[in-house]
Amino acid sequence: MEYFFQQLINGITLGSVYALIALGYTMVYGIIQLINFAHGEFFAAGGYVGVIFMSYLLSQGAPAWVCLSGSLILAMAYCAMLAMAVEKVAYKPLRSSSRLSVLLSALGMSIFLQNGLMLTQGVYDRAYPTELTQGGFEFGTVMLSYMQLFIVSLTAFLLVALNFLVFKTRIGKAMRSTAQDKIMSALVGINSNRIISLTFAIGAGLAAAAGIMVGLYYGSVRYDMGFVPGIKAFAAAVLGGIGNITGAMIGGFIIGMVEIFAAGYISGEYKDVFAFLILIGVLYFRPSGIMGENVDDTRV
Amino acid sequence: MIWLFVLLWPLLGIKPEGLEVATTFSVWWRIAIGCASILVIYQLNSVGAFNFITKPVGEAVGGAKKATSTLPFAVWAFAILAFAVAYPHLFGRYAQDVAINCMIYICLGLGLNVVVGLAGMLDLGYIAFYGLGAYTYALLSVHYKLAFWICLPISAGVAGLGACIIGYCSMRMRGDYLAIVTLGFAEIVRMVLNNWMSLTNGPNGITGIKAPGMYWPDFANGMTLEHLWLKKLSLIYYVILALVIFTIIAVYRLNHSRIGRAWEAIREDETAAEVMGIPTFYMKLLGYCTGACFGGMAGAFYAARMRFVSPESFTFLESAMVLSMVVLGGMGSIPGVILGALALIALPEIFRDFELYRMLVFGGVMTLMMLFRPQGLLPPKRRMKAEKD
Amino acid sequence: MSEPILELRDVHAGYGSIKALKGISIKVMEGEIVSIIGANGAGKSTTLMTICNIVKATAGDIYYKGGCINKVASDSLPSMGLCQVPEGRRIFPRLTIEENLDMGAFFRNDNEIADDMERVFAMFPILRERRRQAGGTLSGGEQQMLAIGRALMSRPKVLLLDEPSLGLAPLIVKQIFDIISEINKLGTTIILVEQNAKVALSMAHRGYVLETGNVVMEDEAKKLLDNPDIQKAYLGE
Repeated sequence: MEYFFQQLINGITLGSVYALIALGYTMVYGIIQLINFAHGEFFAAGGYVGVIFMSYLLSQGAPAWVCLSGSLILAMAYCAMLAMAVEKVAYKPLRSSSRLSVLLSALGMSIFLQNGLMLTQGVYDRAYPTELTQGGFEFGTVMLSYMQLFIVSLTAFLLVALNFLVFKTRIGKAMRSTAQDKIMSALVGINSNRIISLTFAIGAGLAAAAGIMVGLYYGSVRYDMGFVPGIKAFAAAVLGGIGNITGAMIGGFIIGMVEIFAAGYISGEYKDVFAFLILIGVLYFRPSGIMGENVDDTRV
Repeated sequence: MIWLFVLLWPLLGIKPEGLEVATTFSVWWRIAIGCASILVIYQLNSVGAFNFITKPVGEAVGGAKKATSTLPFAVWAFAILAFAVAYPHLFGRYAQDVAINCMIYICLGLGLNVVVGLAGMLDLGYIAFYGLGAYTYALLSVHYKLAFWICLPISAGVAGLGACIIGYCSMRMRGDYLAIVTLGFAEIVRMVLNNWMSLTNGPNGITGIKAPGMYWPDFANGMTLEHLWLKKLSLIYYVILALVIFTIIAVYRLNHSRIGRAWEAIREDETAAEVMGIPTFYMKLLGYCTGACFGGMAGAFYAARMRFVSPESFTFLESAMVLSMVVLGGMGSIPGVILGALALIALPEIFRDFELYRMLVFGGVMTLMMLFRPQGLLPPKRRMKAEKD
Repeated sequence: MSEPILELRDVHAGYGSIKALKGISIKVMEGEIVSIIGANGAGKSTTLMTICNIVKATAGDIYYKGGCINKVASDSLPSMGLCQVPEGRRIFPRLTIEENLDMGAFFRNDNEIADDMERVFAMFPILRERRRQAGGTLSGGEQQMLAIGRALMSRPKVLLLDEPSLGLAPLIVKQIFDIISEINKLGTTIILVEQNAKVALSMAHRGYVLETGNVVMEDEAKKLLDNPDIQKAYLGE
């Protein structure tokens, strides 16, 4: 039973990360129907900016909370700008072309960014400073580290903030209306390009936060770390019903849980297989995802 | 647009040791100069500064086109075939190696072309069938000593069967859902290959796969048939050449058959195709399996040529590579896909000296291609016509 | 005669190689209802979309309040007082009615938005009842009301209406058109694109007849109604 609770905690932690990344996929997809392959790279870039500033601040003798929040904010801001730049360069000129072209453009950007990271940051793992978040609470043998607490509470905060932004503010309404009908949004005076840029920025900011969390949790970052979590997070977004924000959160937690429990109870090597099997199973019975609406999706 | 590139790079100048500019800056300015020079050329071109070159070249190309169109297609096909046959005698080992690689990807590209270009299904997990084919031959060869030529159809069959199973689960889905499910299946296949130690030897791969064998009449002492292993590179080359020719003919025939037209109808409008009486589910499944069979064949050849397989060779990046060949070359067009494969395999080989920058440039070029020529290098004629009207 | 509030001078536009407008000239005076009628594919909707710069004019100029608006982005037109209710209504189906109306006033930042919303609710009481419902759950007539209400939220000087009667029951059509003339009486200039030529002309001051991308006739609405050719071609008499 204790083992179960331990796994539950780990699952929630991992699920938080997936949920944050999945949100970026789902928001971008919702607004311009694009699988943004470069999204995983924003996540990796966030991890790098995080480690760079965290070690820098730490070497300057800043207190732990300054290191954490400072690098978090910088990473999120940097990735937001990066995402906006990528959107302007690689996606915006293709707004009216076929979806496959944009998809390949995204794929190209993903490869480009990943290799850019490799060239400038090196091929090897870069270690995160671990002294910031050591220790934790112990309940019997169940261990809740400060780090996990940090990850989960930060995720909860970001999710609540995002929900507020999207569902309660006018900018959020404008985002949703742009997603639903771009021409009509222009006719009521919404600058859809700006809204799309903003969507990319928010998604990438969340991914950057996830990047830092993963760096802290596993102790290091790597130039190609964006790929596998990126795919799983995308699976999570699809699982929840792509384009649906609540769905992406739920999907992220489900994928995280499945992965941890499969690793804990069935087989560590096949944990990723189970994540994808769940995805395929759910899509087989509910082709538009858990929360998805039955939108006609015939355009390739 | 330049400021965006400026924006892309500041991250990369920051290292954990503090702000270390030197190495990063060198990367950065190389890219910046590359972009700037392209931009300058592009601008100059658009204002007509290169007219003195482009005009005669354009005229020459126009003239050449006229000349070529007067010659029948058969002559061209024959000329290309003759060149392909003579190729190993003209060039060295390295060039042959590259050519073999190219042709494997041509097979893959043509197979995927059936799925994406004709039937319009976005398949991000195509490489799984390549892997299935490769492992099928590898296992049969190592454990049962079966010959390559027997295993070739078996591999294609296994890949096709795999596609049937995957397709049966996923053909109901449309568009991007299909894309992610195929991607998921490909990852599952790769992970199973990676982790099923007793069968696949895991990440270490399988070694000791036999090369294709062949009976060759030996006239030295009368007429006897001698069995020989095609280990020489030039002989292997002819095997893949034959496979490519077979694939081209098969895909061409499919493309111009009723089935091919049904696929195109489904691609253009699935609902309309369905109400016109095309059994869309089975047609899509058929398209998916057909594509997979070609992939499986290419895989079997790959295993025979490398005499070694490991899950490393079947990652998502390979799927992306094949997909970009299809799209860069021109979806649904056979010469386009061939050109795409040549461009994506041969060109990076030429730039091998810039090893590190290869993938970076590859990614960048892919995006640029989509920005400036989204229809691909050689789009199919039928579609070109449709767009002109 | 005073300056027209909106004027199209020899406007050409099209989609790719298809030419939809081949030199349209239209003048709209302040306070008028101008109705544009014509058959399917005559270029009526394209005219409105070109005014709003969704479809780019390939030649010719569009003037609004004396200034050329060819190059003005679509999304800054509503703040200038030019607003369109497009064909098929195009409400945001997954936003609630209140949110839909709020989006109509997106560019505004004053504290009278709530008052304006009250005004719209007073005009269409059914919308008030369903204010928290998603737009997609409304019936066709209610959606049309919502679309008009949403446009009114931007306090337009010129309101472009594209086929407000499309697919609606006759009773509701009458209700909608009553409201349109009421809006006009409150000082909004209206351009009304309609296939239902009879209703459109009977409430308009002036009318234009489009045929395959050209203006073939323009006159006072009454005269058009009495014109035997028009009667034969568009009024079904």
